[in-house]
Amino acid sequence: MISLNRVTRVFNSRDGDQVTALQDVSLEIGRNEFITLVGPSGCGKSTLLRIVAGLILPTAGRASIGGEEITEPRAETGIVFQAPTLLPWASVLDNVLFPLRMMHRIDSGSTDKAMALLKLVGLNGFESKSPRELSGGMQQRVAICRALVHDPDILLMDEPFGALDALTREEMTMELLRIWGERPKTVLFVTHSITEAVVLADRVVVMSPRPGRIAEIIEIGLPRPRSFESEATPEFHQASQHIRQLIFGTRHVGSGRAAA
Amino acid sequence: MSVQAAPPLEERQKPPRRRKRSAALYEVVLPLIATACLFLLWEGAVRAFNIPGYLLPAPTDIWKDTMAIGPTVAGHTMATFKTVMLGFVASILISLPLAVVLTASPTIAAAVYPFLVWTQSIPKVALAPILVVLLGTNELPRIVITVLVAFFPLVISIATGLLSVPPELIELSRACRASKMSELLRIRLPYAIPFIFAGLKVAISLAVVGAVVAEFVNADAGLGFLIQTSTAFFKVPVAFGALIILSVMGVVLFQIVVAAERVFFPWSSSNTTPGT
Repeated sequence: MISLNRVTRVFNSRDGDQVTALQDVSLEIGRNEFITLVGPSGCGKSTLLRIVAGLILPTAGRASIGGEEITEPRAETGIVFQAPTLLPWASVLDNVLFPLRMMHRIDSGSTDKAMALLKLVGLNGFESKSPRELSGGMQQRVAICRALVHDPDILLMDEPFGALDALTREEMTMELLRIWGERPKTVLFVTHSITEAVVLADRVVVMSPRPGRIAEIIEIGLPRPRSFESEATPEFHQASQHIRQLIFGTRHVGSGRAAA
Repeated sequence: MSVQAAPPLEERQKPPRRRKRSAALYEVVLPLIATACLFLLWEGAVRAFNIPGYLLPAPTDIWKDTMAIGPTVAGHTMATFKTVMLGFVASILISLPLAVVLTASPTIAAAVYPFLVWTQSIPKVALAPILVVLLGTNELPRIVITVLVAFFPLVISIATGLLSVPPELIELSRACRASKMSELLRIRLPYAIPFIFAGLKVAISLAVVGAVVAEFVNADAGLGFLIQTSTAFFKVPVAFGALIILSVMGVVLFQIVVAAERVFFPWSSSNTTPGT
């Protein structure tokens, strides 16, 4: 469904240097596949996500959705960011409807659709509340509804739970798996958390920095539905250990701090 | 046990109301008492030390002399009020599009910004007589001076507000393929509301200053004019009366801006409690 073919992206930094954020990244993502991107800061995870979103164009190579080259943002993608970035003046319902309003696609059925989404994420009854009356986790749930309201085939998530506390984060991860189970989408999920990457993904794409490239793509064969209890299985442990090694090498065992 | 358990719950519900009442006490009653005490002290000091009226008139004399020419003072107040409001509205009408243009185009910003700073570095009192020569002895130069005094902080705070939008929201807007216009109207301007009001609060206060500066130089009416003429004839109590009216006007207009923010944009002002 999503196809990246030797995608390279170079940024001009302020002092005139050229920074290669992504180099020769090739990746094929199937329909309704759950892909997580994991890697240290500066490995181009977010750049990759934004290229698929059409917010950034590749300097070289080709990125396409369903065979069509991505040259601008497309209606079949929805995005969730690290911060919920809800509109403080609008109600929860209006925040969910916001993309439709911006796209001039609002119609009589829109409110029902938004309400159904809010119910899906467990926020029924909160539609007329203001975002600041909601907790961080609830705000991010609203942001997920906002990304889904125009019924995109592809959900792009840029460290969506990165700003949440550890407990809320686990809860939201499970919540996302449940939502994905009910409404299958192709998901591209950027994270810093190896555990999160393994528990969510069909395949984990491990990236390495300077320049950002794919180190390895790891198939996760854990049976679904999953939970954090899968963490105890040897397969889970093996996968996350492998990812850890790819990211830190063997250095982190003795001198993790120096390696970072 | 259940009987004993009930009162704490009730008590727990009480504090917010009590806090609200004490907030009103602190915000309104205390300043009023303090002001009253100050006037009493003033009155007492003037009488006790026999301070001559042309140096420091007693509050009662100020009241008496000002009320003696009440209709005239009311006319002057209206003239100043008119200049302040016209200058304030003109400042908004100029600042809003200017800030939008400045934030939308770095090129225009680089070209225009030095001029903006330049208008601020000119002493407005020095500029006023020149403007009178240029524009004539009517309302126009007074409004121009008021605008020159008041608009700059407004432009800066609106521009800051327009740029304060989280980059993710702009990305979201781009992802929705929204036009620059709907990005401005639906995201940037609403986001700038708290900043706009911060600027408006400064601007309304400065507009009063600007109007008086303008009236000192060129006017046949207005409280600035009244202060000049009355001091020239040693009618110091009237000058004090005009001064007090000016400060009251400043405070009232400021509070109207504050109230407008609370009423129309309750999510913007930090003073409202969530859930009300």
